[in-house]
Amino acid sequence: MFTSVAYLSILPEILILILGVILLIVEPFLKEERRRNLGWLTAGGLLIILVVSLLVGRPGDPAMTFGNTIRFDWLGFFFEMLLIFGAGITALFLMDHEKVGRRGEVYVLLLASTIGMSLMSSAADLIMLYLAIETTSIPLYVLAGFMLSDDRSTEAGFKYLLFGAMTSAVMLYGFSLLYGFTGTTNLYALADAFKAGQITAPVMFGVIILLIVGLSFKVSIVPFHFWAPDVYEGAPTPISGFLSTASKAAGFVVIARLFLVVFHDFTIDWMSAFAVLSAVTMTVGNLLALPQKNIKRMLAYSSIAHAGYAMIGIVAVSKLGIASVVFYMAAYIVTNLAAFGVVVAVGRVVGSDDYDAYKGLSRRSPLLGLIMLAAFLSLAGMPPFAGFVAKVFVFAAGVQAGFVWLVVVGILNSIIGVYYYLNVMKYVYLYRLENEDEDKQPISLTRPYAIALIVLVLGVILLGTVFAPWFGYSNAAALNLF
Amino acid sequence: MAFPVLSVIVFTPAVAAMILLMIPAQRKTEARGVALAAATFALLLSLWVYIQYLTQHLTGYQFVEQYNWLPALGISLHFGVDGMSAPLVLLTGVVMFTGVLISWGEFDEKSHLSAGIQDRPREFFAFLFILASGVFGVFTSLDLFMLFFFYEIAVFPMYLLIVIWGWIKTREYAAMKLTLYLFIGSVVSLVGALAMYWTAGQSTGIYTFDMLQLEKAGFSASFQNIWFLPVFFGFAVLGGIWPFHNWSPDGHVAAPTAVSMFHAGVLMKLGAFAALRVGIMLLPEGAQHWSWLIMLCAGVAVVYGAFIAFIQTDLKYMIGFSSVSHMGLVMLGLSTLNQNGLTGAGVQMFSHGIMTALMFAVTGMIYDRSHTRQIPELGGMNKVMPFAAIGFIIAGLVSMGMPGFSGFIAEFPIFLGVWQSQWLVAVIASISIVVTAAYIMINIRKVFFGDMPEKLEGHMTDITVLDKVAITTLCLLMIVIGLFPSVIVPMVQTGVTHILNLLGVA
Amino acid sequence: MDFLNSHLLSLILFIPAVAAVVMFFLPKDEAKFLHWFAFVASLIPFALSIYLWIQFKPDALGFQFQEQYAWYAAIGSSLHLGVDGLSLTMVLLTTLLTPLALLASFSVSDRVKPYLMLFLFLETGMLGVFMTIDLLIFFVFWEIGLVPMYFLINQWGSANRNYASLKFMIYTMGGSLGLLLGIQLLGALFGTFDLATIITKWTSAQGSLLGFPIATVKDVVFWAFVIAFAVKVPIWPFHTWLPDAHTEAPTAGSMLLAGVLLKLGAYGFLRLVLPLYPEQAKAYAPALALLATAAIVFGAFASFAQNDFKRLVAYSSVNHMGFVVLGIAAAAMASGTADARIAMNGAILQMFNHGLSAAGMFFLVGVIYERTHTRNLDEFGGLFPLVPIYGGILIFTSMASLGLPGLNGFVSEFLVVRGSYPILTPYTAISMLGLLFTGAYILKGISKVLQGPMNENWAHGEHKLTEISTREIIVMVPLMTLILIIGVWPAWILDVINKAVMHLF
Repeated sequence: MFTSVAYLSILPEILILILGVILLIVEPFLKEERRRNLGWLTAGGLLIILVVSLLVGRPGDPAMTFGNTIRFDWLGFFFEMLLIFGAGITALFLMDHEKVGRRGEVYVLLLASTIGMSLMSSAADLIMLYLAIETTSIPLYVLAGFMLSDDRSTEAGFKYLLFGAMTSAVMLYGFSLLYGFTGTTNLYALADAFKAGQITAPVMFGVIILLIVGLSFKVSIVPFHFWAPDVYEGAPTPISGFLSTASKAAGFVVIARLFLVVFHDFTIDWMSAFAVLSAVTMTVGNLLALPQKNIKRMLAYSSIAHAGYAMIGIVAVSKLGIASVVFYMAAYIVTNLAAFGVVVAVGRVVGSDDYDAYKGLSRRSPLLGLIMLAAFLSLAGMPPFAGFVAKVFVFAAGVQAGFVWLVVVGILNSIIGVYYYLNVMKYVYLYRLENEDEDKQPISLTRPYAIALIVLVLGVILLGTVFAPWFGYSNAAALNLF
Repeated sequence: MAFPVLSVIVFTPAVAAMILLMIPAQRKTEARGVALAAATFALLLSLWVYIQYLTQHLTGYQFVEQYNWLPALGISLHFGVDGMSAPLVLLTGVVMFTGVLISWGEFDEKSHLSAGIQDRPREFFAFLFILASGVFGVFTSLDLFMLFFFYEIAVFPMYLLIVIWGWIKTREYAAMKLTLYLFIGSVVSLVGALAMYWTAGQSTGIYTFDMLQLEKAGFSASFQNIWFLPVFFGFAVLGGIWPFHNWSPDGHVAAPTAVSMFHAGVLMKLGAFAALRVGIMLLPEGAQHWSWLIMLCAGVAVVYGAFIAFIQTDLKYMIGFSSVSHMGLVMLGLSTLNQNGLTGAGVQMFSHGIMTALMFAVTGMIYDRSHTRQIPELGGMNKVMPFAAIGFIIAGLVSMGMPGFSGFIAEFPIFLGVWQSQWLVAVIASISIVVTAAYIMINIRKVFFGDMPEKLEGHMTDITVLDKVAITTLCLLMIVIGLFPSVIVPMVQTGVTHILNLLGVA
Repeated sequence: MDFLNSHLLSLILFIPAVAAVVMFFLPKDEAKFLHWFAFVASLIPFALSIYLWIQFKPDALGFQFQEQYAWYAAIGSSLHLGVDGLSLTMVLLTTLLTPLALLASFSVSDRVKPYLMLFLFLETGMLGVFMTIDLLIFFVFWEIGLVPMYFLINQWGSANRNYASLKFMIYTMGGSLGLLLGIQLLGALFGTFDLATIITKWTSAQGSLLGFPIATVKDVVFWAFVIAFAVKVPIWPFHTWLPDAHTEAPTAGSMLLAGVLLKLGAYGFLRLVLPLYPEQAKAYAPALALLATAAIVFGAFASFAQNDFKRLVAYSSVNHMGFVVLGIAAAAMASGTADARIAMNGAILQMFNHGLSAAGMFFLVGVIYERTHTRNLDEFGGLFPLVPIYGGILIFTSMASLGLPGLNGFVSEFLVVRGSYPILTPYTAISMLGLLFTGAYILKGISKVLQGPMNENWAHGEHKLTEISTREIIVMVPLMTLILIIGVWPAWILDVINKAVMHLF
């Protein structure tokens, strides 16, 4: 049972665990004001884990390990790497956060949550999946409400906990039904069991609905999105960024695996449901993002909209569709992290997340202005940034699958998106501070922010221009589902 | 392997933009120097390509480079120019070069003149160059995906350029309007392009975005009839086709001078060119089926644009609407789908690009000094800036289609082509010639001659040497083409021959 | 010499334009130098066209001194030059009048450089129309001539110049639209713009264009041409731009406008309409004759009614050009007959003659306007004693205009009337009455200016009228010489014209 493949399959998780332990050991030795350096340790550690995993931990042919609870394949691996990358960047963002940056627990919780997400992306068993989801969520509940002195943060944490727990319960009910009808918890065995006709159509429909509810919450699909803006606004900004990217990506990989593996023969049942959800999600997310005046809330709604775009790839139920979702998630993680990174960096100096705080940004810090430009244009789907290619792939998959109407909805929505993203850029580039003395109020970037943001922008451009290797990985990941 | 001249042309501005952004913000002169160097380099290369194509009597796609980009989906970085696009590449080089010259904006201590771009020239040139890269990319791409890629790159910097450096009164509105119009247009076309990709793949078994392959895909007539309209009109929005021209004059007016030059000079051609390359060349039967509709829209644009331009009092609005009218002629030429019309459209794209760039350049020079573009508030400019006046008059004559200048070389075959296809449209469209002559002549007189308003007396200074270089360059091109059409027409014809083959009429 | 012979036409055609471009680089403040430069530059084409006249073989058929260069191969147009007797006369007229106009402009001091450049460009434009045998190039030069004239009127004209210049531009642009469309139709029909080729293919063209039978297309082209040329001549009632433009133009501009530009329309009729459309021309000749008669009579009446000296001369152009049109109408009516040929000879000679006398008249008006700054006839009077030489020249030129036997006007008008009378008797008869009024308005002009009680204002003090200067006399001498020579010995020019007419019609 404990073969070398088995260890390889959870190599990243093991290493992250070790890193977490090291953090816990090191923390007490550092004085309070130097605990910021734990961020360096976390980020550096995650970078090493990333490199090590890429060098030695790459999957070969898909293999089931740990009693068929883990599937060691490219889909899981690709997402694990993305998530580790996201966590490392988030660690850098956390470092200079006034209230949480010097608390060792933050980094440990972040790592714990990352372990959960990693397992989510490779889980092949309902029980493992549920455990992974909870391992992810519980640290996130804590992180969201971490700033106890801040009412909104507390509220965010509590709200997230309540909704999260409720939808988890709903999903668990779905899982138990599946087990009850088939007698197995393994995803691949479930698929076989369905082929044998062990479950009736109405029940199947009910189960699918229960699962959709649970997972929709994770990836904030309308109508299970309402927690997102409040939580994003209240939580420490780096955590909001992590929530909106890594957590969402992990949710998508679960959706992809669950529905394409388990319910692959019942695509008609859920395809149109997802199509409708996708259309509604995009539209609601974008329309609600329009009137926002707070950048974190706007990004929250925009992340809802992006979930809708990515869903088009799932709806297509094709190799290209899944590959495009994977690519979309990769693009979305670097892009949205960059956006949140700018919010973190600006919020730290200006102390506000309202649009007005961004007036004259391009003069106060031209670099930050450019990074924000790149991130927002990528979100809006403009080349040469990652968002453009990702969107084209998703739309291409949609057209291929014959969902032209959905693609048209997506297009209309991206137009709305262009409007509000560019609207923010107007504050950055056009509007000025009242005294027009931006020169005297520069916004400086601390070293971790600078590193993280530059890495992200390079990533955004790299994904948007040299997209062939990334698409190759996405494609390899998608092939593992078919 | 031959020198990859096209990819160097395409990426020179992008690289220059990156370099510009690394220069410290306060070192404005250095930023301007880098911009000029890059623009000159791009101009020389595009000129070299043009001359090679012309003097060696090349035909078909030349200077082709192909690099695999995403083989899994059949996307490649595929560059090449034909007789249609080579002049447009040169046009872009010229407009880029002159645009940098007239935006130089070094503050002149003596005259306290604040012409050109004073505020953040580094970012201005960087954004302008990203745009230029996109434009070069569209003109040279032979891959449908990459064409879209560059097309969008060419569109979005417009927003920033207008909103940051534009005319304070309308810039926010105009920039957003322009961006949304163009974005809608391009994504509508994108859906059509994706449909082409899948349909061609299904029928031939090769999934590719390579346009040379797609040309041979042999789409069914019903497919072409359905998808031609979205693809063509999606792009044609950027070409300012009636009734989707509304963004264009507003955009021209709000944009800073160099951006207006780019916008009217190059970007509108981008729309027409992409509509030709993707719409007509890939869906030839669809084009034949719908040519009447394009002709109708184009005909309305030609006449309506001229009349609206006639009643404008803002110089830039006048030029903006005249662009609508002239781009209507391009569309009219395209809609004929015959040898003369297409040749004329190809030449008109080049000619109008140069002409309108010059008009906007001169308008910008006037505005920088007088701070008004209202024609009734101007006058007597000839006294202080005779050189600019000559430039504007020459551009005006080109605009009127006066023989001896490039406009005539372009418009004559267009009308000839329209005669051969729909004589009534030719008769109606020719009304615009007289109207154009009237407003151009009236406004030239009002702005450049007569008495200078007292308000402006003493505030006006002559244009700078760089401005003169820019004006001279543009004027020379228009005159040379007017006198020697053979420097451009045979080249465009080789491109037209290929299109006619695709249309199956030659 | 070989080079000269083989490139004679293009040299004549382009030397003025090249000179204009060279002028662009000359210093703008050296007014005197610039004047001399332009004048000398315009003398070269004149010298060359005299050489051309000598080398020309009147008996040879078709176009001589042909040159052909590739120009716009894509649509079948080339720079094809050539002259026959008809165009040769016009080329000579143009190259003669331009140096004289430039000489007349020595008094201009405002923005000399652009002024002279425009004149030189104008000369190239006018010569191009007469020399080319390619329809597209014909149109090109036709339009090119407009622009310098517009700016000359608009920038150097008198008080009402804005209105006049725009009216000139719009009328002629509108007219040339017809020309453009007609030429395009022919180009589409024959696939070439070469006039020689079109004429050979003319009758053999078969099939249809745009779904219309060839005959219909040809009819459309006929009317397009007629409108274009009628505006340019101008034929009554399209003439209203003329008095305005002539009156407001600077002196030298009026000289060329009346001397050469008006001939472009008539030349168009002779070159394109009559050879290509003998039947249609014949069918509509009475109407044309009616309009010509109207122009002669109403032109004379209108001229008589003017109080502005320059306007009076301007309307006289309408009157005189009426004879040209009458001759053309008569020739079209009875093409091939001896009478028709006489009328045609008269018409062409009248074009040449009117060029001489009208240019002279406008110049003389300019001479007096420069000194008095008024053109109002009522403010003159009895000036003869003050300026006897000027008076003499004015009377001489007026008499040529009036058609005094012994001077050139008589020869041509006599030929026109003699030729048309048997063909279009009633119209010719009425036109003869018009001739009477020609006498009336010219005498009115002379009497108001030179005779009657002397206006004391001009006799003393700061307004004292000065005599015509040597330079101005030099301008008039060639004109007066030619007027006299043609009046007494017209054979040298009529020979060339007559042979061209024999070949053409």
